Amino acid sequence: MKKTVYRAVECGDCDTCGKCFNDTHEGTLYTMLIYSENQAGILNQITAVFTRRQVNIESLNVCASSTPGVHKYTITCFCNEEMAHMLTKQIEKKIDVLQARYYTSDQIFTIEVALLKLSTPVMLKDPRTSNVVRDMGARIVEVNPTYTIAEKKGRTEEILQLYERLNALGAVLQFVRSGHIAVTKSTVEQLDRYLQEREAKQ
Amino acid sequence: MSNEQISGAEALMRSLEHEGVDTLFGYPGGAIMPTYDALYDHKDTLNHILVRHEQAAVHAAQGYVRASGRVGTVIVTSGPGAMNTITGIADAMMDSTPLVVICGQVGAAMLGTDAFQEVDVIGVTQPISKWAYQIRRPEDIAWAVSRAYYIARSGRPGPVVLDFTKNAQTGMVDYEPAHVSFIRSYDPVPVPSDDIIRHAAALINQSVKPLVLVGQGVELANATTELRQLLEKAQMPAGTTLLGLSALPTDHPLNMGLLGMHGNLAPNVMTNQCDLLIAIGMRFDDRVTGNLNTYAKQAKIIHFDIDPSEIDKNVKTDLAVVGDCKDTLRRLLPLVDQATHNAWIDGFQPYREKEENKVIEPAIHPTDGPLLMAEVVREVSEQTNRKAILVTDVGQNQMFGCRYFQYSLPRSVITSGGCGTMGFGLPAAIGATFGAPERTVCCFCGDGGLQMTIQELGTILEYGSPVKIILLNNNFLGNVRQWQAMFFNHRYSFTPMVNPDFEGVARAYGIPGATVTKREDLALAVEKMLRTPGAYLLQCAVKEEDNVMPMTPPGANVDEMILSVE
Repeated sequence: MKKTVYRAVECGDCDTCGKCFNDTHEGTLYTMLIYSENQAGILNQITAVFTRRQVNIESLNVCASSTPGVHKYTITCFCNEEMAHMLTKQIEKKIDVLQARYYTSDQIFTIEVALLKLSTPVMLKDPRTSNVVRDMGARIVEVNPTYTIAEKKGRTEEILQLYERLNALGAVLQFVRSGHIAVTKSTVEQLDRYLQEREAKQ
Repeated sequence: MSNEQISGAEALMRSLEHEGVDTLFGYPGGAIMPTYDALYDHKDTLNHILVRHEQAAVHAAQGYVRASGRVGTVIVTSGPGAMNTITGIADAMMDSTPLVVICGQVGAAMLGTDAFQEVDVIGVTQPISKWAYQIRRPEDIAWAVSRAYYIARSGRPGPVVLDFTKNAQTGMVDYEPAHVSFIRSYDPVPVPSDDIIRHAAALINQSVKPLVLVGQGVELANATTELRQLLEKAQMPAGTTLLGLSALPTDHPLNMGLLGMHGNLAPNVMTNQCDLLIAIGMRFDDRVTGNLNTYAKQAKIIHFDIDPSEIDKNVKTDLAVVGDCKDTLRRLLPLVDQATHNAWIDGFQPYREKEENKVIEPAIHPTDGPLLMAEVVREVSEQTNRKAILVTDVGQNQMFGCRYFQYSLPRSVITSGGCGTMGFGLPAAIGATFGAPERTVCCFCGDGGLQMTIQELGTILEYGSPVKIILLNNNFLGNVRQWQAMFFNHRYSFTPMVNPDFEGVARAYGIPGATVTKREDLALAVEKMLRTPGAYLLQCAVKEEDNVMPMTPPGANVDEMILSVE
């Protein structure tokens, strides 16, 4: 089994610090792109498949897709390919799921967004904080005497690195990541093809 | 538009009739009362069987389905009524049995308020059903009912749940029948390419030692003829799963018997000697495969199944033929060469003889000692000319029943395979008498399982269902006892049972019966049971500590069957 180490910077004491994201996972990070009809209760059915197979969901994003009436789920998880295959098959078996596919990072273009709520007094006191924000290409979107909000989009590793560097300086009040969103690099639109095939069968 | 306003409950009745439903199993209660009120006016077309417990309604519907090949229908109330159907729904899901279970539900305005007899039925049933849908408006009834029956019966069949709110039952609607036969997101019958069929034929034509594994999928697809044609053309031996037992007549020369933990020795041993394993409509259950790490590693594997999610789930296949096996076998047949595999088939013989001598013969023709389950089963099978429907409960009665009953017609085995639900037998047998009224239905139960749904004797009393109940009474939870003896150092933890006078219980429900204790009385007692019109309870006092043999111990290799405990 491939082993992907999914970590940002070394904190040096990750067993006990409880603050950093140093973490190792067995398996490969797979991104599942799932399309369903827009009906209530489908997310439940999809996540239940992960629960039954004891696979933790790393991130999850649900939104309307470019096809009217079709919802898109972007789910990432660590597992081996056999499991990724099985999960998508069992998800696709749900009556109102149109399509479920799994991808490795090189087959898709992914991005993630994070918001960091930082302490303005800490930032004013310690100039290293604003250096980190500049270095990492984050964007300040709100400033007031109490807090400053920074926004960062990019790969998970970059985002985690930004967080950990600012956190080490004691500047972070709140931190949130959006979870992956992804589009495939394929030149063929799999969902459109599926829908055309289905229309033809009708 | 018909411009005729009818209640949602009436619309349900018309929708059921539109789907061709004529038999319902159910139990009324608060939240489903408007529907039962409407049913009162449809008694001529919708034959409602009032069971004595909702779990039995589902098992009866399962028996009805498995005997008839139709979709079963269940109507119950909300909350506890719906929850009592859960075991049956899960059982039907595991065994691919098409059902539509309609539950009452509180009014839509009260959903989520912990109203009286409100349970989140959709939340509970979603993971154990093929589709679960809540009908909240009378306008959705025609569509939802049609969609439910379409989903239940198409592709790999399964149970569907309709949660029917009270306001949807009482609200008025301008009813128009619906006909759902296409769902964009659901492709029930994939069609494999000609290349795949050609590839399958090539593998079969190259094979010197092929073995076919026959599952229930063959019966579900009505492909028993195609299966026989394939087996005979290429002279390929076959083993069957528990649910696939009657897909091939027992006496067919290529039928090598039952696969799995308590199956026959020859097909299990030869699974690890064949060069090609052709699985048709089966799902490589752990009770069939034993240790997966050593299962048929020497063989190439072709898997015919209608459900893509079964492919490579347990056993990695070399070729998947995903489709309806009636269609795929038909297309395969002309491409398969006429062949003989006499030497390979002869290789089964020593194992068959060994099992015959060491296990089967002593079990069906014992000369002394107490009555044995196997001899009772074989006696009933022979006296019904191998034409009866076997219904079993779960446990030793099931394993002896399935092993020693013999089959000449399809749809002759009704047993809880995947779930192993004790209490399944009696209600399923009642359902089977409605599904195949022209056939004899023989229900083998143990003293444990019978008592789990014994209240259904009341249903038999009310409807006169001609179930022949053969109670194999050993005063033990026999299968658990067997495992305790074999794997838990004979520590019989809560498996001996103090039992009632079963004959007396049956008599109280107006069911005649008899008890056999001696071997010499068995044949006459069975004859009397079969001759007596209607239901009958034949209690057989069988050996208390009998073991089902042969056995592949849990986790052992498929070819490591033990023939006796000693």
